[in-house]
Amino acid sequence: VAARGCGGVWRRAWRRGAGGPVPAPRGQRAVTCNAKGGAVPAGKSGLAPWVPVVGLEIHAQISSNSKLFSGSQVQFAAPPNALVSFFDASLPGTLPVLNRRCVEAAVMTGLALNCSINKKSLFDRKHYFYADLPAGYQITQQRVPIAVNGSLSYSLCIDNKMSQIVTKTVRIKQIQLEQDSGKSLHDDTRSQTLIDLNRAGVGLMEVVMEPDMCCGEEAAAAVRELQLILQTLGSSQAVMAEGQLRVDANISVHRPGEPYGVRTEVKNINSLRFLAKAVDYEIQRQIEELENGGTILNETRAFDSKLGCTVPMRDKEGKQDYRFMPEPNLPPLILYDAKSLPANMNHQQVVNIDWIHERLPDLPSVKRAKLVEQYGILPEHSFTLLNEDGLAEFFENVVKQTQMKPKKVIGWILNDLLSYLKQHSLTVKESPVSSFVLADLLNLLEKKDISSAAAKQVLAELWKGEGKTPLEIVKEKKLELIQDQKELEQICQAVIDGRENEVMMMVLR
Amino acid sequence: QEVTVDMLDHLEQLALVDFRDAEGVARLQKAIQFADQLHEVNTDGVEPMDSVLEDRCLYLREDDVTEGNCTKELLKNAREKVEEYFVAPPGNIPLPKLEERETFLQGF
Repeated sequence: VAARGCGGVWRRAWRRGAGGPVPAPRGQRAVTCNAKGGAVPAGKSGLAPWVPVVGLEIHAQISSNSKLFSGSQVQFAAPPNALVSFFDASLPGTLPVLNRRCVEAAVMTGLALNCSINKKSLFDRKHYFYADLPAGYQITQQRVPIAVNGSLSYSLCIDNKMSQIVTKTVRIKQIQLEQDSGKSLHDDTRSQTLIDLNRAGVGLMEVVMEPDMCCGEEAAAAVRELQLILQTLGSSQAVMAEGQLRVDANISVHRPGEPYGVRTEVKNINSLRFLAKAVDYEIQRQIEELENGGTILNETRAFDSKLGCTVPMRDKEGKQDYRFMPEPNLPPLILYDAKSLPANMNHQQVVNIDWIHERLPDLPSVKRAKLVEQYGILPEHSFTLLNEDGLAEFFENVVKQTQMKPKKVIGWILNDLLSYLKQHSLTVKESPVSSFVLADLLNLLEKKDISSAAAKQVLAELWKGEGKTPLEIVKEKKLELIQDQKELEQICQAVIDGRENEVMMMVLR
Repeated sequence: QEVTVDMLDHLEQLALVDFRDAEGVARLQKAIQFADQLHEVNTDGVEPMDSVLEDRCLYLREDDVTEGNCTKELLKNAREKVEEYFVAPPGNIPLPKLEERETFLQGF
């Protein structure tokens, strides 16, 4: 641990605004990052500043029809306990049966994150008592998970300007398959908890990210990229608001060159924004605590979004002993590739890693690169296009239907279309202006039938969604550009005649 | 290896088991001694087996919805229910500390 602390500092210490990661030479102050763009202050002691260390455990709900070990349905909103089988309710005599789709989802995700896929992985039981875990244990993969040793590249913009993009990498320790628990609804007035097992047994992929991040912004950016990857693969819909993507952060601070500090775990983070806030708050809290001579407890804390701070979670039971043991009802999970594929096996019983690899869709980073190459747009444009669901397709559709160069079209997409959608909280799919209509408008502009200013006026009119075509609006508001030379001369002459004196002053100056 | 009060207390907390009396603890002690015989076998270089199913094929199920929709039947098992929810206490009720609970271990 001590050895890692040293190497890690110089990798993480970078000066903001200098254009990228800058390793601070030994003996000088290592400036550590902070979401607001400044250095983490040295504190009263005047000693070297703190190095924050952030690791993440992310649970992504697998997008499948049925649960990980049973045939009950996976669905977000449903009457309580309607989507529960006897196995999910942990009735005696029931056994787990593994869902092939969940295995494929985990393999896809592992491959997309550059992991080694373990051809043999094992299932274990993790024991603890809680009302929403009817069996008293969760089936997970503690000893040998399905995928290990991957990496995720994500990007940050320096100084919140899109113009300077830095690429960072976080190591993926492992991905494991495990069961979700049911839901507890706390009824404090009646001093009871209501249990809904609809979610109990739903398949999860736990993605463990090594503590390679150093602030809230990095954590949020990494999770955002993971979210986009999962959505592109279709292995998880990864909507945080619906609990399909849950993030727990492990945070500690230490002085440069010293071993890692005691870490706390922060839970109950419901959005990317809150993730960044929670991480930054906890880093600050730990620094202040330590600088005031206090100590950090190895505890679990919850993020209170209203107060914007982390608070200790009710931990009446002390340190948990999960008593891991192999799941006796499940043999090892064996995966195959083209080489190891058995000759006579039922193909429904076979998960072929190579077959899945060949069918992986373009990941977001590849899509962005293709957009930049194909259309000549800037890298930061490609980020915005992919960041908004459906925007890249919209852009490409407009480009297909107009003669205007993509480099010009992108301005209309990002500045006009996107800002309008944001103002009215609409998704791209809900846009009152379709790609066809926008292309139509841009064609008028390209043919010089109207001016740029006029086009903006037409667009403003089109937002009303009254079904008029751009041409109709142009004619209605008489926005056509006058091309006739004679007519232009007449207008200019009229202006000069009317204001002869002022024109003379302008000419003589 | 002696079985200590702390160890027994820890087990009672984790597994919610009640050793009940001296005979129960003695039985536990004998069980541990019995299992300790395994240490007499030299297992150097031998891959541990943790399941007799280790060379069986793990059956993979198709992703079809085949179960569920039996709320009424499931709730029949519930001592208390509220509108199709199971009712549980507000949180885990931890076993009281050794000094505070009525267990044979007190006098152990």
